[in-house]
Amino acid sequence: MLHSVIAAAAEAEEAVNPLIPAIYDIIWSSFVFVIILLFFWKLVLPRMQKLLDDRAEAIEGNIAKADDAQRKAEAALEQYTAQLAAARVEAGQIREQARADGQQIVSELREQASSDAARILATAKTQIEAEHQAAITSLRSEVGTLALDLASGVIGESLNDDARASAIVDRFLADIESSENSAPSAGKH
Amino acid sequence: MLARRPASIFVVARAELHAPNQEKALLETAVNLLVPFASDDGEFHGPTINEFFPPAIFFPDTPFEMNRIILIRFIAVAVMMLLFWAGTRRMQIVPTRLQSLVEMGLDLVRVNIAEDLLGKKDGKRFLPLITTIFFMVLFMNLTGVIPFLNIAGTSVIGVPLVLALVAYAAFLYAGIKKHPGKFFRNSLFPPGVPPVLYIIVTPIEFVSTFLIRPVTLTLRLLMNMVVGHLLLVLFFAATQFFFFTADGGFKLFGVGTLAFGFVFTLFELLVATLQAYVFALLTAVYIQLALADEH
Repeated sequence: MLHSVIAAAAEAEEAVNPLIPAIYDIIWSSFVFVIILLFFWKLVLPRMQKLLDDRAEAIEGNIAKADDAQRKAEAALEQYTAQLAAARVEAGQIREQARADGQQIVSELREQASSDAARILATAKTQIEAEHQAAITSLRSEVGTLALDLASGVIGESLNDDARASAIVDRFLADIESSENSAPSAGKH
Repeated sequence: MLARRPASIFVVARAELHAPNQEKALLETAVNLLVPFASDDGEFHGPTINEFFPPAIFFPDTPFEMNRIILIRFIAVAVMMLLFWAGTRRMQIVPTRLQSLVEMGLDLVRVNIAEDLLGKKDGKRFLPLITTIFFMVLFMNLTGVIPFLNIAGTSVIGVPLVLALVAYAAFLYAGIKKHPGKFFRNSLFPPGVPPVLYIIVTPIEFVSTFLIRPVTLTLRLLMNMVVGHLLLVLFFAATQFFFFTADGGFKLFGVGTLAFGFVFTLFELLVATLQAYVFALLTAVYIQLALADEH
């Protein structure tokens, strides 16, 4: 047993020392290192950097887009609010106007009605006056004729003499008129 | 550190075994994992350091000799480049699955290592280097647990050493460029220290800053991968031995070694990722120290 350990130890003298690098080992290790370094330096990391830049840009772009959209929405809201307020003011004005117009119309109508009434009244009065005059005139002629006929019958005398007849009638009518004029005054007193 | 556990397991196992062959094999494994030994058929074949120096396949005995491990490195690099090429071929703002996977990997290095330690500006300057180191180490580490490859491309000193020297060169470059003429003076004679103490401080600073750093970078990665590979070989070789060579009840030990092999395979995945991260992180830390304003 001891012998074999010693033998093994003796053999270890001949074994390669793992801490002493062989030339080919260093050469191939360096070769591989340079390849990988170039690979990462010139290919992979630039690709990665580009991706990171793109991603940052995309995120910033989206943020800018969102900001823009929000600004637009706020502007639209403001516009709508302004429009709404303007509409309210306008509605108020229209209402006021309508009220004023209504009042004016009512007063105009009232005025017109009263003037119409006055006019109708005046017309009626005039008409009544005219009719009154016409009645008086027709009455005068008719009453004269009737009275003459009556008086002729009563006195049996022909009043053919026009001059006398008209004198009588005039006197008669003057009497009536005077009695008429005196009657109301007598009534008053 | 990893060697302790299986060794103690085998010491316990040894107490219960009486077959001289097995006892010898286990003791030798426990004594020194790195010591190769000859064994006849029917004995346990432990892993040896020669695992890492397979026979040449192409161009033997020239500076361009290629063996199995060199070819495995090429495969790892080819797979990695294919993956990253395909994943970044058509970059879209809304990523596909492969693209988001690749992005996740690149972002890990960019955000968590480069920009975190060096800031945006310097992080971008050194990003190609740090990214290269991270993914080169990661993919070459992972070949250690991939069936049929089964050995890490970083488990031979070439890659760890080259990368450590590159990290060291980047550290010196960053320092000299940022503080021309003052970098070495300020590194070796830190301001604010009484001049008498420079007798002690300067050699310490020299050794820790300019000697230890590349050495530890190299050895940390190399040894993690070497030990990880040896452990896996040990577990699976032992499983093979217990199942097909050992007698009767000893076959049961195979179940245990197989379970350990499985667990350590998963552990190796963790180690592979962690070591890649640590290597890239330390490179960034050294650059950061060189760029720091105290210089």
